[in-house]
Amino acid sequence: MKPRKTKKPHLVLVGNGMAGIACLEQILRYGDMFDVTIFGDETHVNYSRILLSNVLAGVHGFDDITLNPLEWYRERNISLRLGVRITGIDPVARTVTGDDGAVTSYDKLLIATGSHPFVPPVPGLEKKGVCAWRTLDDTQRLLEWSAPGKHAIVLGGGLLGLEAARGLQVQGCHVTVIHLLDTLMNRQLDSTGGHYVQRKMENIGITVRTKCTVRAIHGKERVESVELNTGKILPADFVVVAAGILPNAELGRMAGLEVKRGIVVNDFLETSNPDIFAVGECVEHRGMTYGLVAPLIEQGKVLAATITGNKGPTYEGSSTATKLKVAGVEVFSAGVIEETEPGLDIVRYEDPGLGIYKKLVLKGGHMVGAILVGDTSESGRYMEWIRSKEDLTAKRRNLLIPEPPKDPGASIAEMSDSEVVCGCMGVTKGTIITAIHDRGICTLSQLKEATRASAGCGSCAGTCTALLAAVAPGFEPDGKQVLCGCVPFPEEQLREMVHTQQIRSVQQVLDIYGNGTGCEKCRPALSYMVDMVWCGEHEEDRSSRFINDRVHANIQKDGTFSVVPRMRGGVTSPAELRRIAEVAEKYNVPLVKVTGSQRLDLLGVKKQDLPGIWADLGMPSGQAYAKGVRMVKTCVGSEFCRFGTQDAINTGVELEKRLENLFTPHKTKLAVVGCPRNCAEATVKDIGLIGQEGSWQVVVGGAAGKSVRKADVLVTVASTEEALESAELFFQYYREHANYLERTYDFVERTGMDKIRRETVYAVPEARAGLLDRLRKAKSASYDAWLEREQPKTATQFVQIQPMEAPEEVSYR
Amino acid sequence: MSWLKVTPAENVPLREGRSVCIGRREIAIFHLPDGFKAIDNRCPHNLGPLCDGITKGTTVVCPLHGWNINLETGKVLKPDVPVGVTTYPVRVSEGIVEIQLPELKEAVA
Ligand code: SRM
Ligand SMILES: Cc1cc2nc3c(=O)[nH]c(=O)nc-3n(C[C@H](O)[C@H](O)[C@H](O)COP(=O)(O)OP(=O)(O)OC[C@H]3O[C@@H](n4cnc5c(N)ncnc54)[C@H](O)[C@@H]3O)c2cc1C
Ligand code: SF4
Ligand code: FES
Repeated sequence: MKPRKTKKPHLVLVGNGMAGIACLEQILRYGDMFDVTIFGDETHVNYSRILLSNVLAGVHGFDDITLNPLEWYRERNISLRLGVRITGIDPVARTVTGDDGAVTSYDKLLIATGSHPFVPPVPGLEKKGVCAWRTLDDTQRLLEWSAPGKHAIVLGGGLLGLEAARGLQVQGCHVTVIHLLDTLMNRQLDSTGGHYVQRKMENIGITVRTKCTVRAIHGKERVESVELNTGKILPADFVVVAAGILPNAELGRMAGLEVKRGIVVNDFLETSNPDIFAVGECVEHRGMTYGLVAPLIEQGKVLAATITGNKGPTYEGSSTATKLKVAGVEVFSAGVIEETEPGLDIVRYEDPGLGIYKKLVLKGGHMVGAILVGDTSESGRYMEWIRSKEDLTAKRRNLLIPEPPKDPGASIAEMSDSEVVCGCMGVTKGTIITAIHDRGICTLSQLKEATRASAGCGSCAGTCTALLAAVAPGFEPDGKQVLCGCVPFPEEQLREMVHTQQIRSVQQVLDIYGNGTGCEKCRPALSYMVDMVWCGEHEEDRSSRFINDRVHANIQKDGTFSVVPRMRGGVTSPAELRRIAEVAEKYNVPLVKVTGSQRLDLLGVKKQDLPGIWADLGMPSGQAYAKGVRMVKTCVGSEFCRFGTQDAINTGVELEKRLENLFTPHKTKLAVVGCPRNCAEATVKDIGLIGQEGSWQVVVGGAAGKSVRKADVLVTVASTEEALESAELFFQYYREHANYLERTYDFVERTGMDKIRRETVYAVPEARAGLLDRLRKAKSASYDAWLEREQPKTATQFVQIQPMEAPEEVSYR
Repeated sequence: MSWLKVTPAENVPLREGRSVCIGRREIAIFHLPDGFKAIDNRCPHNLGPLCDGITKGTTVVCPLHGWNINLETGKVLKPDVPVGVTTYPVRVSEGIVEIQLPELKEAVA
């Protein structure tokens, strides 16, 4: 036994999980009263178990979900024993024994051992490739097993099972959920709600089999298939068990405590032994066990008061609310959900077409429960009504009518201080505001650390950020960049999912991973993404394109458009110039201008004149309106210039031909110059080729717009063909890896030139060939957008609608 | 009340808008998943053509400077300014988009 240096009583915590540590944090608020030792049988510091779902779905990395890093323990002089499982308690000697044999004495013992997965008895469960899902290590294992094309079977269609299914599906697996009962999520939903959820899961590509069990798991050493009770055999590469949880109450039994389903505690969180306390999923309070974080945090607060000698606050049980963390399958459930007792009024709303189901349960004048599927936007309001028991008699007719849309600032101002912002961690608006003021918090991560708000499932991060923005003087946005609130995934991951899930339209991405509607920011970004990933084998959705990309011209301040024909390398001909002049006269074009990019612009053109002008010009689109290849500027080069060392004009024209009509994350401008005098400004272009005696320098990431940035040298090569190919490699790499609206000058700084060189010009031959193949494929699918004049996407693409009937102008009688 | 026939419904693609001149008005007709909407085709900010905007739900985003306008109420949602755009009742009858103009309503009354 370790001799203890100080005289402080020794507090031993068994279980280094969410409830135990949250409780300890509360205990420490009362002062440094204990020497603390923590035993945890996992080998990780305390992390957010809730977010394992997001780790499996690739939204978070393992490092992102840590709640208390090692320093946290160290700074508080906590002795942390990771990887040690407590196997015995002697309540008389007041000691615990670890599986390493060490015996530790305690003055106060806190049991927070959580639960373990319930595993139904199925023959074959011992085979490799079967895993229950509870811990970080389980998650890691599942990530190793999953890969595009693998078959995954999930046993259990509850919250955990559905989140597992979604995560594995995002990893590319074919997932089947097997559920014993008729309807999914039967603990949180009534059968109608369960059917709605099933349809949504099926819509996002997950197979669901209800009223079904697994009779056996087959395979030599590893799982190969599962056999259903119907006799049907399903191929399986691995099986995830998510059939429920059982409290870890064994230690309580050993210590002679009163144990039923869990370790029984009273309203002060005391067990039947005065020196032993318990908190979390392992306890049973007033006949209830809980499997969600918010109640455990409430318990922890009460226990902290009790154990520090401030006994007084009581825990009276929690009304729980849950949300399903599956993007595209919005589910909220709280309180009473079935007509279990007389005197309940049920308010229902259903729209099977839109997949929306709402059910409110009322008792007397107040709300006691709610189910929302497909639209959870009102969940905050309903939860607050349930919590506050507000008398709703006056609002009774309008319960299902959403609050009128208002800007986020106003809705935050209207929230009461007691309203819960973070449902997982039970943090109120008042707590957040106080923390911001008292501790000078200005970022979301600081707020998370100080209050734990948004450390759970993270769905309140938007509200927390809005609160910060409204109240914190030095507010700084932070966190992982997601594409948009409508589709809250980083773009890199969305590209991956679009690819592995074979998603070919913007609407599908929005339905599966987003809020179903999208906005002016994410829809064009997703349009680019599905197009880039599928090289034209996607479903083009013009409603998701900015007007410029619907009519292939740039909209101007008065709603007219500008027309810039392609003039490769800035080279034109008398015939072209004549046609441009004729068009300008024929269509009364208000202004013809030489642009900053070595070509001509016809400005002030009406939408309905566009097809005619393009036909008369007989020149391809210069894409001057597009996030795409603009131009290749050239200087005269060795053909005419006395200093020219390389043929800039022909190289520039060739480069433009190879890349024109392609779309890019942001506009891409290029230039080719014949010598380092750089007359066409190649050093401030997205891609530049600079000729020198016997070689070309290829430079990337230059800018001379909002800011000026000198391009970085990508590579120096001997031949013109190598120079063109290097430019193509970088170009395709940028297309595949940049975020939407990220110009090359930001992209190269974010990515780093070393990495770019390593993955383009210095990449292994297969990787280079891959980039070039995909570029060629995209190129062959591309076309001159102005040809849509002959085959418009829709009859009214360019023309205004002519009304079938005219009004009688009665007001002018 | 009389309804004016405007155009076959398929002339306004899903989630897009198209403009039409009816009498002295230029009106933008939108085809949303839950029905058609009609609104004056002039953004209250600087007369931007709303028919060319991207829709998000029942909101249109003006293509010029990004004002958000609710297509059902005509209210400007972003920025927070107390102005609005006139909206018109629309329906689809036998595949034809029909619209009601205020003058006609007055005439009947
Ligand atoms: C027409 C032209 C000006 C001219 O009369 O010469 C022009 C016009 C516009 N530029 Fe430009 N830029 C034009 C050359 C440039 C150049 C010079 C060049 O290309 O060598 C630059 C600096 C180089 C660069 O792009 O980095 C340039 C930097 C910008 C920027 C700032 C980009 C940046 O990230 O720094 C914008 C704004 C943006 O893209 O976000 C912009 C945006 C615009 C837009 C499209 C604004 C808009 O969204 O409506 C202007 C359209 C006007 C209209 O009503 O049609 N324009 N613009 C030039 C067309 C070139 C062409 O033939 O396609
Ligand atoms: C994938 C997933 C998603 C979830 N999503 C949500 C959600 O969205 N919202 C929500 O509210 N809740 C969610 N939960 C539930 C939530 O994570 C738990 O309610 C919470 O973690 C329980 O906290 P706890 O401290 O009681 O148990 P745990 O967090 O499990 O901590 C107990 C710890 O004690 C250790 N331990 C057990 N026995 C011993 C022993 N004898 N010796 C030493 N150590 C021991 C365990 O290994 C564990 O590390 C989710 C859970 C999972 C698995
Ligand atoms: S510099 Fe400004 S005003 Fe001039 S064309 Fe470019 S964007 Fe328009
Ligand atoms: S004209 Fe509509 S936002 Fe400016």
